[in-house]
Amino acid sequence: MPTPSQTVGPFFGFALPFPGDAGAAAGDEALRIEGQLLDGEGAPVVDGVLEVWQDDQFARCRTDAEGAYHFTVHKPSPTPESDGIPTASHLNVFVFARGLLRHLVTRIYFPDEEAANAADPVLSRVDPGRRATLVARRDGAVLRFDVHLQGADETVFFAH
Amino acid sequence: MTSQGETEEFEPPYLYPDYKSTVLRAPSRPLVRLPEEWFHNARGPAFGRIPVRSEDADLTQQHQGEPLGERITVSGRVLDSDGAPVRNTLVEVWQANAAGRYVDPVDDHPAPLDPNFTGAGRCLTNSEGRYRFVTVKPGAYPWRNHLNAWRPAHIHFSVFGPDLGSRLVTQMYFPGDPLITSDPILQSIADSRGIDLLVAAFDWESTTPNWALGYRWDIVVRGRNATPRGL
Repeated sequence: MPTPSQTVGPFFGFALPFPGDAGAAAGDEALRIEGQLLDGEGAPVVDGVLEVWQDDQFARCRTDAEGAYHFTVHKPSPTPESDGIPTASHLNVFVFARGLLRHLVTRIYFPDEEAANAADPVLSRVDPGRRATLVARRDGAVLRFDVHLQGADETVFFAH
Repeated sequence: MTSQGETEEFEPPYLYPDYKSTVLRAPSRPLVRLPEEWFHNARGPAFGRIPVRSEDADLTQQHQGEPLGERITVSGRVLDSDGAPVRNTLVEVWQANAAGRYVDPVDDHPAPLDPNFTGAGRCLTNSEGRYRFVTVKPGAYPWRNHLNAWRPAHIHFSVFGPDLGSRLVTQMYFPGDPLITSDPILQSIADSRGIDLLVAAFDWESTTPNWALGYRWDIVVRGRNATPRGL
């Protein structure tokens, strides 16, 4: 029987961060992603931690006093699902916070991959009106991806 | 193998109003189901990025002196829900000191800090999926969820496992703690058998004479046959 989940609580900040935790990549090819973790009233979630897992990339970032997080990653190659349908490039994202009794899983897709995104088998499972919540926005030199836990702009989360 | 219904009832819901912080943070829309194979075929992360030194498993030896409190060992196995040991996987722990105070600057509970205790540890499971930490028993502490709210003594655990679907963050509790029955974070689990899975066993076998009390707690991450949470 799987061990049940419990919240990460508010007091993980002395334990989970590690040196260089938000940077899974460096150099000219590295891509910076920034965003905010927001609650159902749009208030910043200041005691959250996000993790990116994608192939051999792992990064972790605690949210700050503005609920902001950032990652530096390589844009991943598209990888075929086991049924052979190609997928669009994406990053798996795990969200933990006080008040989340189980963590949440979402994905970051890339705004310059319109054709691949349109054919992606996971995005196709999502209500068309909510797909945009999974696609980062270009904002100058960085990509922005806000995570809305609740509300009109609620991010799509996946069962896991 | 467990049925979907059994698996689901042991997990807490996202929205549990008695735990007030869930009210504005629980997603209100149904979770979307990924293709079956997604969360098991995806490889887990390369753990080389998170530093794990052998001394990180002994929380009583991280400072000049020994921390105050009741010295304990917490050990057990990490298994997957298909029964296989999860080898060489990262386990992270963090906790309050014996007085119920976290080192974390966010914690303003007026109980003393212990200059000899940080309360954070890491280890990798061995070839049988076993982990072991030496620490002190954490104290209970009050929180602001409701009038006279107290968290039962607990140790936070973060476990990775072999793939994306096995990730687990949870808390381990101590047997016989009278605060367990009034803690909304624990009581969010509707079935008491699920709560029992989070309570360690006092263990004579791992209790070391004249040195430390032993607690044993096995952790089960979701294996390939598990149903995704939230469906």
